[in-house]
Amino acid sequence: MAALDQTQVKEGVDQETVDAVREVGTYKYGWDTDIEMEYAPKGVNPDIVRLISEKNEEPEWMTEWRLAAFERWTQIEEPNWAMVNYPKIDFQDQYYYARPKSMEEKPKSLDEVDPKLLATYEKLGIPLKEQMILAGVEGAEDAPAEGRKVAVDAVFDSVSVGTTFQAELKKAGVIFCSISEAIREHPELVKKYLGSVVPVSDNFYATLNSAVFSDGSFVYIPPGVRCPMELSTYFRINAENTGQFERTLIIADKGSYVSYLEGCTAPQRDTAQLHAAVVEIIIEEDAEVKYSTVQNWFPGDENGKGGIYNFVTKRADCRGDRSKVMWTQVETGSAVTWKYPSCILRGEESQGEFYSIAITNNYQQADTGTKMVHLGKNTKSRIVSKGISAGKAQNTYRGLVSMHPKAKNSRNYTQCDSLLIGDKCGAHTVPYIEVKNNSSRVEHEATTSKVDDDQLFYCRQRGMDEEEAVALVVNGFCKDVLQALPMEFAMEAQQLVAISLEGSVG
Amino acid sequence: MLEIKNLHVKLEEEEKQILKGVDLTVEAGKVHAIMGPNGSGKSTLSYVLSGRDGYEVTDGSATLDGEDLLEMEPEERAAAGVFLAFQYPVEIPGVGNMTFLRTAVNAQRKARGEDELSAADFLKEVRAKAKSLKIDADMLKRPVNVGFSGGEKKRNEILQMAMLEPKMCILDETDSGLDVDAMKLVAEGVNALRDEGRGFLVITHYQRLLDHIKPDVVHIMADGKIVKTGGPDLALEVENNGYADILAEVN
Repeated sequence: MAALDQTQVKEGVDQETVDAVREVGTYKYGWDTDIEMEYAPKGVNPDIVRLISEKNEEPEWMTEWRLAAFERWTQIEEPNWAMVNYPKIDFQDQYYYARPKSMEEKPKSLDEVDPKLLATYEKLGIPLKEQMILAGVEGAEDAPAEGRKVAVDAVFDSVSVGTTFQAELKKAGVIFCSISEAIREHPELVKKYLGSVVPVSDNFYATLNSAVFSDGSFVYIPPGVRCPMELSTYFRINAENTGQFERTLIIADKGSYVSYLEGCTAPQRDTAQLHAAVVEIIIEEDAEVKYSTVQNWFPGDENGKGGIYNFVTKRADCRGDRSKVMWTQVETGSAVTWKYPSCILRGEESQGEFYSIAITNNYQQADTGTKMVHLGKNTKSRIVSKGISAGKAQNTYRGLVSMHPKAKNSRNYTQCDSLLIGDKCGAHTVPYIEVKNNSSRVEHEATTSKVDDDQLFYCRQRGMDEEEAVALVVNGFCKDVLQALPMEFAMEAQQLVAISLEGSVG
Repeated sequence: MLEIKNLHVKLEEEEKQILKGVDLTVEAGKVHAIMGPNGSGKSTLSYVLSGRDGYEVTDGSATLDGEDLLEMEPEERAAAGVFLAFQYPVEIPGVGNMTFLRTAVNAQRKARGEDELSAADFLKEVRAKAKSLKIDADMLKRPVNVGFSGGEKKRNEILQMAMLEPKMCILDETDSGLDVDAMKLVAEGVNALRDEGRGFLVITHYQRLLDHIKPDVVHIMADGKIVKTGGPDLALEVENNGYADILAEVN
């Protein structure tokens, strides 16, 4: 069974307001870092795949795994079913590997670190101590921490530049490092789990990622361990014409718990850049993983020039009974977003939750949603999606809820709300529902509303300016999802909601 | 304080003249009531003064303490001291009443170049003011006007008025949808705000609200103009004889 519901807005705030406020919209992280980079030649072929593998000092089995993925990739077609339009990507006109030259040798102290790299992290608001660690300063780990405690893995273009708080995590038995390090240091874990949730041949972008992923994060939480701090990965695309293909692998062993945060930014450039990540999460018996994303890639300018093409495959496998996963995403960036964080509810009584805010402004396009695949008995899932469109943007929720014959007494609840700002944007809801047993229940609710003139006038009569009014109304609309985010992220997300709608009234 | 001269207003979208030369002066410390039959232009006057879209001023002026209101954005008028208690308060899902109030209070303070109110001071003030309007903690937490009863919505308007401390309060049909008890509560809230420095323009169709909020001056509006002005007795006359007699007399 599939339903299709499309809505185009006809009414909205008047044009004058639109134009007046449009001027203001700017992307805060649009600067670039002029840093000496080392590139692999443009394009992708088995030699490039081997080179990436070699740069990461990978064992033979990994190189072979990549080459098999590449071979597969050459045989499959780019998908075109999503409601997004973009010029055909020339996959041979991209760089697949770029890293700051200063990372060739590890700096011994802060003085030796390329100051530009440090400045980059400072601008991004990462605390100093973490900056030092990220810049690879030896001994920085022992310096006293300031403020909140969040372990950060930072990925700058193709390489992980450092992971903070590793020692402290080690004490708890938690492994948190770059995936390249994990391949070298923990091959048994990587071999066992890599590609076990998102197979090499899963889809065009995931397959390409499998061949050319350069770095990413690796997390292993041993049985019964509650990770002592939030883990976070910070992705930054800096180099021009460079694709970022990171790979994240999270394993929550029996009875463990971890909350993981992911943040992303990129410089403002007028050529589009490709980002194709894969995230795999394995959740064993009684374990729980929370994965939160605030995605703020450069969305392109107000005329739709440039921006990140974001094609991401994220999937969690609730293997064990009573395992639980919660995806929370705030998608405000990217020119094109193609992303469906999914849950395979294999274990009995396992639970999947998906909370999403997707904001599109100007010419942004987002086709995002989730897949809840109920395989085990008494499994539960919940989807809360809030899509906000402004400017000339198109926002699509696309989701699948599938109840397999053995998934008896399972339940799903889906709520999809769309909010439209202005009269030139679109919101679309495309839910697919498959129920193959008669004891399961699926509920779907969808609404479409507008930020209406009455609400804005009411706020303005009380003294708020138009942007403040829009931000307030939109934040209210997103409340259910914002509440699902970890505290420090929720604040940031709330501000981001306001920023990404700047110049959007209309 | 509020001076309206020869105000002519038409709908922006169509050639329909709604206000056809309104002259009105509200002095500080006074309560003026505007009564009139449906469609006479009472609500339009309140919208034009507060800056709602959709109207075009074709002639005349409106100033507050000498400042030209018609040139200002709605939020600038609010910061200058214009408050409109809505006939139909708007619902804002997901936004807590308290968050809304605090955002509004601080936005106005910022616009006037004052420091923002600290969270503690704000809380103290809002709790005290809410209590006298019988607004409980739960109502302060609930989303703005969502699921509020008619009486709750109007009390909420008065709470906003009390928190924002405007110079010029315009009440648009505040009595509509209220039972007697709720009306008393709202009227008490308004009366508590009566002050030498503050003017009120109370727009109402019926006289009953004016039993509780005693006006100094009563105006009768018909067909886009103020046709008769008098003391509190004028409201009673309307109550007893309806508008027909007065209108006939004017014509």
